[in-house]
Amino acid sequence: MKKVFSLLLVAMVLLAFAACGGGGGQTSDSSTPPASGSASTAPSGDLPDEIIIGGLAPLTGGVAQYGIASNNGTMLAVDEINAAGGILGKPIKYIPYDEQGDPTEATTAYDRLVNEDGIVALIGDITTGPTLAVAQKALADNMPMITPTGTGAAITAVGPNIFRTCFTDPYQGELMANYAADRLEATTAAILYDTGDDYSKGVADAFEAAAPALGITITAKEGYQSGAVDFNSQLAKIKEGNPDVVMAPCYYGDAALILAQARDLGIDAYFLGPDGYETTAQKVDPSNYDILNKVYYCHHYAMSDPGPRLQEVIDAYKAKYGEDDENLNGFTILGYESMYIMAAAIEAAGSVDSQAIIDALTNLNYEGVSGAINFGGGQDPAREAVIIEFVDGEEKLLGTYSF
Amino acid sequence: MYYVTQILNGLGSGSIYALVALGYSMVYGVVKLINFAHGDIIMVGGYTIFVLLGMNAPLWLAVAGSIGFCAVAGVVIERVAYHRLLNNDAPRIALLITAIGVSIFLQNLAQLIFGTNQKPIPKMFTLPAIRVGGMNVSNTLLNIVVALLMMAGLQLLVNTTKIGKAMRATSEDAGAATLMGINTNSVILFTFAVGSALAAVGAVLYSNTYMQIKPMMGGMLGLKAFVAAVFGGIGSIPGAMLGALILGLAESLSVVLGQSAWMDAVVFALLILILLFKPAGLLGQHMKEKV
Repeated sequence: MKKVFSLLLVAMVLLAFAACGGGGGQTSDSSTPPASGSASTAPSGDLPDEIIIGGLAPLTGGVAQYGIASNNGTMLAVDEINAAGGILGKPIKYIPYDEQGDPTEATTAYDRLVNEDGIVALIGDITTGPTLAVAQKALADNMPMITPTGTGAAITAVGPNIFRTCFTDPYQGELMANYAADRLEATTAAILYDTGDDYSKGVADAFEAAAPALGITITAKEGYQSGAVDFNSQLAKIKEGNPDVVMAPCYYGDAALILAQARDLGIDAYFLGPDGYETTAQKVDPSNYDILNKVYYCHHYAMSDPGPRLQEVIDAYKAKYGEDDENLNGFTILGYESMYIMAAAIEAAGSVDSQAIIDALTNLNYEGVSGAINFGGGQDPAREAVIIEFVDGEEKLLGTYSF
Repeated sequence: MYYVTQILNGLGSGSIYALVALGYSMVYGVVKLINFAHGDIIMVGGYTIFVLLGMNAPLWLAVAGSIGFCAVAGVVIERVAYHRLLNNDAPRIALLITAIGVSIFLQNLAQLIFGTNQKPIPKMFTLPAIRVGGMNVSNTLLNIVVALLMMAGLQLLVNTTKIGKAMRATSEDAGAATLMGINTNSVILFTFAVGSALAAVGAVLYSNTYMQIKPMMGGMLGLKAFVAAVFGGIGSIPGAMLGALILGLAESLSVVLGQSAWMDAVVFALLILILLFKPAGLLGQHMKEKV
């Protein structure tokens, strides 16, 4: 008996390891000269030699693809801003840390940024879970913080110093419900979501809440645990209800697994997803591209149909990271714009005082790569969404949509 | 028909757990080591398939190569990580921690070589579609059949062959087995090779079923298989199979009952129940600790 309980204990230990396993740390990769002189926050009006801005992103681990993409975009913006003379005549020193997609790692890295590196503003975090954890700490410090990609509704509700560049989870769920009713003429829908992920749950709940008013009946709402690979049971249940659309909010890895199993089970319905579906095609072998038919997701940008300004950014990215760099996607642009927004706010504030930057962000009017972004006195930006589909593994712009 | 497909779904995912659990149970049976790196051997097998198919190797070569490579990897891990501990009668806990260390090492090595992201696996076996209630269950049936064959083969190996007898002798009393002229070192090596080869078979079926691999894939899979092995009675080969199938069925049952959000909770609650009422597991024999 005792032995068996020690086995259980070991199983728990292993779980803990699995939860926080991952690669090593990541050091600063800024192209600006090393720090000289005082690195701490200067009183307002008295500018430091460098504007030190911190970054948090998963650069290793399960969601590293998003972290690397966004962080690369941010670093590109830093290069451009510094080449153009910096902020208020001072160069930006950008210090990104890898938090492996883990809330505990993220808060530790945040403490290091504040206490050791003396940052005046923060770009990050990337996924909703760690971002929420960091936001709590940033609130206590009144640290100006922009998450490029943290879509969880609760993030900006943590405090008035927290902003985001992307749209929110509920917004995406509501948008896709409207899209299903408007454009796909859906009257029935099923939902499959990750019970352990705030992002997935946020989108799913908003979709479910919006559905009845749009004349959509929810035939099934099934959950799965983070890290699950077998969805056959849930999908079999979903198939029983024969829905017009299936809303499966998740990231690209799960999306590829779910779609493969759903199509194999003979579910022919439309699959709808949030922005996490981007790059799903890279997780599907070309021999299976047909599983991506009838899959639509919403995003901030469509890389396949860029405007002239977006095209410039893409060219600059390829010049810096290489023509075939696999990390160029919508998240790159969000990371890129986040740094520009923060720079514009510091410029407008005329100082690195936290409150002055926060006030400037609230009232900022920023001309983004795909239209104006402003926070309208709040913390969530007003933006339009694009709807993207997969054609032979390529992501194609279906059109812009708002409701 | 819906219930039939759900039972098949449960048995299908259960049979993937079973292939991992068989290796767990067999290695534990012989050397009393809970080899936590076992789940990660599946990952090694998956990446071997990915590399070989990526080099346009024929399917049979990818499958055989994966099984061979995993067997060798199992032997190397035994030699490098466990051998000295086993030979010097190191405390059980040292072995356990070493196994966890090997697991973390393998996960990080894979991240270093292949990156952290999921890799797609092309279609492997093109089976004729067998439809039950409109659902294609041919992959599921393949998994169940292969798992049963492997269990039967393993059972025959351990109970009827000479090397199997040596394995049982080593399990019972390694010192006495040595005195009887059994080379326990090579028996242990053989055990690891067979266990890892079994894991590779699991990797083949996993890759074929889910068509996606990632460096951390062995973690949860290994844990579930471990639960299955304990559930069925660790050390017992039919027990591992039975435990894994019950686990799979419990998972799909929780969906049928509309409790999909509690799937993992149901699994671990079952484990706690069995440990309370039958601590040695369903088919396990309660062995007294030798002093």
